[in-house]
Amino acid sequence: MPGSTHNLIEVRDLRQKIGTQEILKGVTLDIPRGETLVLLGQSGGGKSVFLRHLIGLMRPLSGSIRIDGEEIAHLDERELEPVRRKIGMLFQDGALFDSMTVYDNIAFPLRERGERNEKVIREKVAHALELVCLQGQEGKMPVNLSGGMRKRASLARAIISEPSCILYDEPTAGLDPIVSDTINRLIRRLQSQLHVTSIVVTHDMVSTNHIADRVALLREGKIHFSGSLAELHGTADPVIRDFVEGRSREID
Amino acid sequence: MKFPYSFPLARAFCLYLGQAAFLAWEMFCSIFAGRIRWGIVLHQIVEIGFGSQAVVIITGIFTGAVFTAQIFFQFNALNMSTAVGPVVSIALCRELGPVLTGLMVAGRVGAAMSAEIGTMKVTEQIDALRALAVNPIDYLVVPRAVAMMISMPLLVGECIFFALTASYIVATSMLNVNSVFFLHHMWRYTHGKDMVMALTKGFVFAIIVVIVGCQQGLGTKNGAVGVGRSTTDAVVISSLSILMINFFLTMALNMVFPAGGGGY
Repeated sequence: MPGSTHNLIEVRDLRQKIGTQEILKGVTLDIPRGETLVLLGQSGGGKSVFLRHLIGLMRPLSGSIRIDGEEIAHLDERELEPVRRKIGMLFQDGALFDSMTVYDNIAFPLRERGERNEKVIREKVAHALELVCLQGQEGKMPVNLSGGMRKRASLARAIISEPSCILYDEPTAGLDPIVSDTINRLIRRLQSQLHVTSIVVTHDMVSTNHIADRVALLREGKIHFSGSLAELHGTADPVIRDFVEGRSREID
Repeated sequence: MKFPYSFPLARAFCLYLGQAAFLAWEMFCSIFAGRIRWGIVLHQIVEIGFGSQAVVIITGIFTGAVFTAQIFFQFNALNMSTAVGPVVSIALCRELGPVLTGLMVAGRVGAAMSAEIGTMKVTEQIDALRALAVNPIDYLVVPRAVAMMISMPLLVGECIFFALTASYIVATSMLNVNSVFFLHHMWRYTHGKDMVMALTKGFVFAIIVVIVGCQQGLGTKNGAVGVGRSTTDAVVISSLSILMINFFLTMALNMVFPAGGGGY
């Protein structure tokens, strides 16, 4: 049902190739407003590729992507800008601008959208830093931050312009369990405080259990499963069971 | 297989030219549309223009000095030592000044541009810019291009000035050329059009260095190895392009500003 006001994101039969390998083989998925969807799948399975299509960083080979009712699959870079303003993205390694301080990184989207009042910028940056528990770090350069701090600073940058949707690419990858838990709580907190739609790409089941409203499993380029956490844990599907229980079928 | 698939090198060359042309087109569209971030332009002028001065001055001084000595050794045998001034001056204005400045800036600035943008590419900072609804060409390429277009002609002029100063000092105090004759002949045979040619070449070389440096940076793949390769390629391609385009530019500009007497 294209253009549905219930769904913020509607993806239909999305296909993508990288080189000769077909990564996405017809992904169809709806994401309702305000929902936190966790997209599971094996490493190299195309989860991040899928996520990048939702913000127009990759153009699909075929298929349809509607964001807030607007088809974005064939828009060019400049036409995509208004769509991108509605979406924030947390990159796997943070992707902070390494020539800027944490403060300037977080203030960057505001300045680029024409905010010139430094007092307003300072207040918004302080609020964003408070949300991600990074007060007092604004003067540091990204290279002097730990992995978890970089991700939190990147998240502050993604949320400062109050997007209606946040995309998280492996938010807990490479972090210790305590920092991972902090990030998970943060995602939950942002959802409850800012009521944003979230799509979280991960293969971390602890994280999934903590934050998901709904779970989808991407396997062999297609959505293999989509349902609630209870349905995920209750299924007898051996592929899903293996993934949930972290079991390999390879013989030692 | 049909052309160009049967010639991978020709295909790669055409592909590269096409990508560079698209980048140049988008860059000029942005400039003419007024999407210029002047704050970043000023920062880049300091980085590119101000930061390149030492390299350009040293290049100018020693090129002027050695060129003067060589010309003197040849001309003195023919009893034409006072012709050293105009020969050095015209050669520096029309060829050596812009080309050497272009090559030095390609080595210093082109490499830095490619490395910086390439590192941003492989660490997803370019994607982060795009995700934040900021066009990388507007943010990264245009300010560098405008800064280079302003800085390069000035650097060329500076290089020529220091080269001629060195030439005068070497000729008059080391090689005993008459100071008055040297200056008189230099003024008499060097015209404004020679300087216009130098500055025009500087402007064109600025565009070449920016397009090649940014194109290499934006096309970087494969992490740190890719950044290294892009940086090396940026210097090699922009240096070779400067040398090749210089020939055609000389032929074209010579029609507008013919060498020799007359004109302004």
